[in-house]
Amino acid sequence: MPHIRVTVDGVSYDDQVEARRLLVHYLREQLGKVGTPVGCDTTNCGACTVLMDGRSVKSCSVLACQADGHDITTVEGLSSDGDLHPMQRAFHENHALQCGYCTPGMMIAALDLLRDNPDPSDDEIREGLEGNMCRCTGYVNIVRAVRDAAAVLRAQAAAPGSEPRAGVPPQVTPDQEPARQTASGGAAS
Amino acid sequence: MIPAQFDYVRPGDVAEAVRVLADSDEPKVMAGGQSLTPLLRFRLAYPDVVVDLSGLTELRGVTDDGEWLRIGAMTTHDEVMNNPMVAAHCALLSLATRTVADPAVRHRGTIGGSLAHADPAGDLPAVALALDAEFLVSGEDGERTVPASEFFLDYLTTALDVGDVLTAVRFPKMGGWGFHYEKFSQAAQAWAVVGVAAAVRRDDGTVTEARVGLTNMGSTPVRASEVEAACRGVPARLETLREAAQSADAGTDPPNDLSAQADYRRHLARVLTGRALAKAAGI
Amino acid sequence: MTTAPEAPGTDQVGSPRLRKEDARLITGQTNWTDNIQQTGMLHVAFLRSPHAHARITSVDTSAARQQPGVVAAFSGADFAGEQGSLPCAWPVTEDMALPEHPPMAVDEVRYVGEAVACVVARDSYAAADALEAIDIEYEPLPAVVDMEAALAEGSPLVHEGSGQGQGSNKAFVWPFTAGDVDSAFEGADVVLTRRYHQQRLIPAAMEPRSVVCRPDGDAFTLWSATQIPHILRLMLAMTTGIPEHKIRVIAPDVGGGFGSKLQVTAEEVLALLLARRLRKPVKWTETRTEGFQTTHHGRDQIQDVSIAADADGRIRGLKVDLLADMGAYMMLVTPGVPVLGAFMFPGIYKMDAYSFSCTGVFTTKMPTDAYRGAGRPEATYAIERIVTELADEIGMDPVELRRRNWITHEEFPHTGVAGLTYDSGNYEAATDRAMELFGYDDLRAEQRRRRESGDPVQLGIGVSTYTEMCGLAPSRVLGQLSYGAGGWENASVRMLPTGKVEVVTGSSAHGQGHVTAWSQIVADKLGVPFEDVEVLHGDTRVSPKGMDTYGSRSLVVGGTAVVEACDRVLEKARKLAAHMMEADEDDLEFTDGRFTVRGTQSPATSVQEVALAAFAAHDLPEGAEASLDADATFDPENFSFPHGTHLCAVEVDTETGEVRLRAYTAVDDVGTVVNPLIVDGQVHGGLAQGIAQALYEEAVHDADGNLVTSTLADYLVPTAADLPDFTTDRTVTPSTTNPLGAKGVGEAGTIASTPAVVGAIVDALRPFGVQDLRMPCTPQRVWRAIADAREAARSEGGQR
Repeated sequence: MPHIRVTVDGVSYDDQVEARRLLVHYLREQLGKVGTPVGCDTTNCGACTVLMDGRSVKSCSVLACQADGHDITTVEGLSSDGDLHPMQRAFHENHALQCGYCTPGMMIAALDLLRDNPDPSDDEIREGLEGNMCRCTGYVNIVRAVRDAAAVLRAQAAAPGSEPRAGVPPQVTPDQEPARQTASGGAAS
Repeated sequence: MIPAQFDYVRPGDVAEAVRVLADSDEPKVMAGGQSLTPLLRFRLAYPDVVVDLSGLTELRGVTDDGEWLRIGAMTTHDEVMNNPMVAAHCALLSLATRTVADPAVRHRGTIGGSLAHADPAGDLPAVALALDAEFLVSGEDGERTVPASEFFLDYLTTALDVGDVLTAVRFPKMGGWGFHYEKFSQAAQAWAVVGVAAAVRRDDGTVTEARVGLTNMGSTPVRASEVEAACRGVPARLETLREAAQSADAGTDPPNDLSAQADYRRHLARVLTGRALAKAAGI
Repeated sequence: MTTAPEAPGTDQVGSPRLRKEDARLITGQTNWTDNIQQTGMLHVAFLRSPHAHARITSVDTSAARQQPGVVAAFSGADFAGEQGSLPCAWPVTEDMALPEHPPMAVDEVRYVGEAVACVVARDSYAAADALEAIDIEYEPLPAVVDMEAALAEGSPLVHEGSGQGQGSNKAFVWPFTAGDVDSAFEGADVVLTRRYHQQRLIPAAMEPRSVVCRPDGDAFTLWSATQIPHILRLMLAMTTGIPEHKIRVIAPDVGGGFGSKLQVTAEEVLALLLARRLRKPVKWTETRTEGFQTTHHGRDQIQDVSIAADADGRIRGLKVDLLADMGAYMMLVTPGVPVLGAFMFPGIYKMDAYSFSCTGVFTTKMPTDAYRGAGRPEATYAIERIVTELADEIGMDPVELRRRNWITHEEFPHTGVAGLTYDSGNYEAATDRAMELFGYDDLRAEQRRRRESGDPVQLGIGVSTYTEMCGLAPSRVLGQLSYGAGGWENASVRMLPTGKVEVVTGSSAHGQGHVTAWSQIVADKLGVPFEDVEVLHGDTRVSPKGMDTYGSRSLVVGGTAVVEACDRVLEKARKLAAHMMEADEDDLEFTDGRFTVRGTQSPATSVQEVALAAFAAHDLPEGAEASLDADATFDPENFSFPHGTHLCAVEVDTETGEVRLRAYTAVDDVGTVVNPLIVDGQVHGGLAQGIAQALYEEAVHDADGNLVTSTLADYLVPTAADLPDFTTDRTVTPSTTNPLGAKGVGEAGTIASTPAVVGAIVDALRPFGVQDLRMPCTPQRVWRAIADAREAARSEGGQR
């Protein structure tokens, strides 16, 4: 069985996993990280979305052994020291959830969106969340929540001496982002 | 849904990947895994070994290769669509890649994986075909280059053999061209009913050259050659380009499926090709 | 005419309190059924029929049992003696065909996905693997997919010898007539007849179904992703013979239902039986494809509708003839769904006569059952579409036609032609507000411009002035309709010695926000802080009495039970306070949680002080108990009737058939609003589902009965990118059928929006001669409707 080392919500794990084990099942069943639910078999619903090295991925479509060496953030890693992340607060304050099943994935997808675009229009929010389904809210309040969270995060980023929160993506503009530079830097042989 | 058992190998270089493939009975190459993982979960594929290329950092990234842009097969959609060199020299690829699936899938899914999967409803095959891209392949017999026109053979079938690894795709730099990808789908998450990849070069008011690739108009991506011929030398006006687009479905064999019947696809191909040409021509 | 919300108390009710439920849900501290772990828990996987209809000729599970990690494997025959038949609680007619429905098929399968065998293993991976080792053979039988073909002479039978009158696929015929329909139609200037198709839908709650069952001696604890823990417990007992008091059902966090979890499922029964047989906790969770195939579907009716009217637009009569697809079996309320709709076809309109007939039809498909609105969206669609067509036929604005026929606000309470007494409403106010917000006249002007200029993008406007019957339901009415249970709801309210309050409710929330709304009600009634109220639900041991959550009933019926329990607590508290304050009960005033003696300056006694005194019991008045709690059961006298006016504008690209929602305005009247945030959220979500029926969703079967749309890649649940922002507002006309004045809101958006959207598309295409479109109105269907209409016009022209 493959052996993996993975960091999840700031904790490192060293585990044997079956090759075929899906990341979401590893998180839920082996680590007890049941905050991330499963909603489909086809990557459509987005309920299982987590951050992998700061970028959103659907954990039902990543093998656990592909997470070897990577850093995973789930919904359970968003708040720190009991303080809600601004995205969590915004979802609460805008009544952007009803049953709550899509909420972990929706918030993670929204964070990823704001990383690329810290000040999205409503249409850009809707496009950015196209990989995540909600059956309860009609998305109206989700769009509002993301807009509000974006404003809070922009203000935080602008505040002097602000530091990125542990375990969640810092608010960086795309041209500062390391992954982009690598991608355009000509790493191929 | 849970995949059947398989072994897993993550090679450190292309040579090792080729070796592993040669040594396996029923191997499956995994690039980003966004199409393969669902297939495994539905048990529509029973590989004995999954060869994960994610360790091959040499296959990731975009390089300026003189007349060409060389894009490593393991470059993710997200990286392609945000790459300034791709935007500068081959914007059609950026535009089409933006329409692939959703952000999370684009973080994992790769250009090589999409092209090698060769789903005729996928957005990138038509782009590769329209732009005369070339596929760089490593296999047991060494390396070879396959032109796009010879790469897509049938539904989900390419010129890649079981033992081959697609290492890169190169696109000609197309300075001075205008581009548009017109995707028509029933919902944001749905596959393209029809897609049109268009590139147009004009000399003032005249179209000098056009390239058109069609998504989901047959078992492979299709080049709308009659449209391309009809565009040559015509005035760059909406009406003329729409007129030229009337032959967009010529020679195609569009599917009848859940999302559309063939006659509707033919109609859409004509309408959307006209629109795509106009936008690519800056009209 | 928006009036301020009226309600008991003044402070919490009506205010947009943020939800108490959210704290766990936004941090991942959730308790979905699939999260539950039990020591020694085993995992169940079901082998399912690949045939829509077949005889099972042999099943061999022995090889599966030899697989690593497999504890047991069973076929349907292994449970034949104990699994019983899945219940139907609504035999709508005395002669309704009610075929046996074994949880695991024994002899014959009748839809793709029906369970035929199962594996129990130490984990879900091993269970999935072992399914492949089960050896099963079938003898295929003809599939019965189409309802009309199913009723034709010589059709293959879904159930041999159990159709109505034997030898047919007709399950029942349910007729209803009011007034002289024949004379209404004979004397009419205009008669329009239309056939509407309510396509089959998949509810698609985000949380897949899941069940865990643990044996505890001779008793069982069963967790299920269900809307109905109380009904489920009763039905499990009746189905399996396990005594009711030995079964505890818990609905933990439940991730949406929309009716799909208002069911007693094969997997719930089998989890109970497997736990009993293996003496181990077992878990089963459906995959999405399994869910699409085997969680009940919704809608699926063919509606033949005729309307008769005078030349000035006055409606005289309505005739409705339904075919309703039951699927392969009668599940919990399968036959009741179209019957529930029977009373809603006349909508908000006055007319002289109405006739209705529904034929239930068996097919070899997944059974249908309640899906958001359950019978009422189908009815509303038909009446709102045909009324719009009537307006077109006589050349009248569709809003004006409605004005001429609807019940005016002075006429309430009004008993309509179908016999329902609408207690309150103000259709004029809601419509005026909606038209103002929508900019109706401006959009009509733009529509004219686009028509005149031959714009390839045409604009259409759709109108829906709906009502629905909510607050299910008066028990006596349910009894008259042959439903097997009542429609009451129970609550208990107990003040703890420290003055904190526990509220136990029988309605079982799965996203609606009961905890928050009930806290608001109790805080106002008892004058305690919102934060001091805890709401308990969803566990038959914690809340032993209840009728659960469906049919927009929770606030109207369950909320009223909470109000009445609070009143009883206050009655007790008043007696105690009078004793403590040495005053006469009648002289006490109760405000903001404090008793004072009228006309004196003597110090107040808080309800919390009374609670502590009750607990201490040192000095209780004669006959008083040492507690401050009360129980109440509310059974409504009548339904409640939310209503509203929805307006939709669409842009239709006539070259491609693409439809873009340009604007959507909903003005709803749901009576008194306890929490406007929650109400708006319910409307938004309801709109999304109703719009989805109009534009995106359809469960498609092929000729062999296979579900073609078996994944979320094929069954198009809209995402944020597919939907617009909605403009919503309210009028408030309190219901008179309950002390809260509430009417229910859970289904309103879904009921109202479908005809508004389709009406808008048809309106856009009227210049082409298009009169109707089948749902979902996909671009292809829209394009083809235009092409066909053009072709028809051409050939008509040619004949001249």
